[in-house]
Amino acid sequence: MLQHYLDQIDSWLARGERVAVATVVQTIGSAPQQAGAKLFVTTGGAMAGSVSGGCIEGAVFAACQEVLASGQARLLHFGVADETAWEAGLACGGTIAVFVEVLG
Amino acid sequence: MTQLYDKLRAAIRAEQPVATATLISGAGPIGAKLLLWPAGTIEGSLGDARLDAVARDAAAPLLARGVSRQVELADLGVTLFVESFVPPPSLFMVGGVHIAVALASMARVLGFRTVVVDARAAFASEERFAHVSELVLEWPDVALAGRLDARSCVAVLTHDPKLDDPALRVALRSPACYIGVLGSPATHAKRLARLSAEGFSEQELARIHGPIGLAIGAKTPEEIALSILAQIVAVQRKA
Repeated sequence: MLQHYLDQIDSWLARGERVAVATVVQTIGSAPQQAGAKLFVTTGGAMAGSVSGGCIEGAVFAACQEVLASGQARLLHFGVADETAWEAGLACGGTIAVFVEVLG
Repeated sequence: MTQLYDKLRAAIRAEQPVATATLISGAGPIGAKLLLWPAGTIEGSLGDARLDAVARDAAAPLLARGVSRQVELADLGVTLFVESFVPPPSLFMVGGVHIAVALASMARVLGFRTVVVDARAAFASEERFAHVSELVLEWPDVALAGRLDARSCVAVLTHDPKLDDPALRVALRSPACYIGVLGSPATHAKRLARLSAEGFSEQELARIHGPIGLAIGAKTPEEIALSILAQIVAVQRKA
């Protein structure tokens, strides 16, 4: 999946943006993306890729911005057992773990 | 980190297989990462030489199969995410037959690199196979030798033992993840008897899917291609 975004990442890095990458590292039950699915977010707020059917993108986008600010990578869990995740709306009924780190 | 990303990026661009192992939870520097090459060499570090060695051993078989997944190392109290970056797997079609024309088209949609092999120029013609990644006018055993890895799929489609059997001999001695062969149950039984007489064990011959494809009552070349690809996906996903 990363291969589809190399050009986009190159152009972001070339214009001086920093990029956070969120990667699906585990899915349990029904989930719209497989391990390895990625969402990229820049310091300027640009975004590419996907870690879900769209349902947790907002929360992951915010986490990417935090990780860009702090420089500290984080592991996030979303799922039906998690109140905040339910608010984030993972309606497919599965659980997803997403790792967020600064790229490059 | 920047250096590792640059190397990862270069490998992906050059279609060279590579894996990353990232420390995602537990004791240690969260986000530490190493690169693993198929030869077993690593670059970067997870912060501890012993952990690096364990991570390498855990990641190597995943890289060989092109699998990305979380790996929990309970002994060391850490969880890694191993991610494989590999070029598309190849589907080798032995026999430039009608079914191969449809199979190559549909396999391409599923992301396969498609290779058609036939020793007969009338079958392996550019006109019929302009849509494949590679067309090889050669005997199947010669064409397949040394080219099948653990992600390769082989569909043997000629109905002719002179071409089918040599292809199967090479495929059975390779780590190919899928081997399927066209032909009725009666034809397949004779084929298995021939290969058994050559010394292939029952366990080795059990790797062959024959008659090829899932039993969906396929009639047309396109339907047969669909049944073959469905079977390949089932094998790849361990369904």
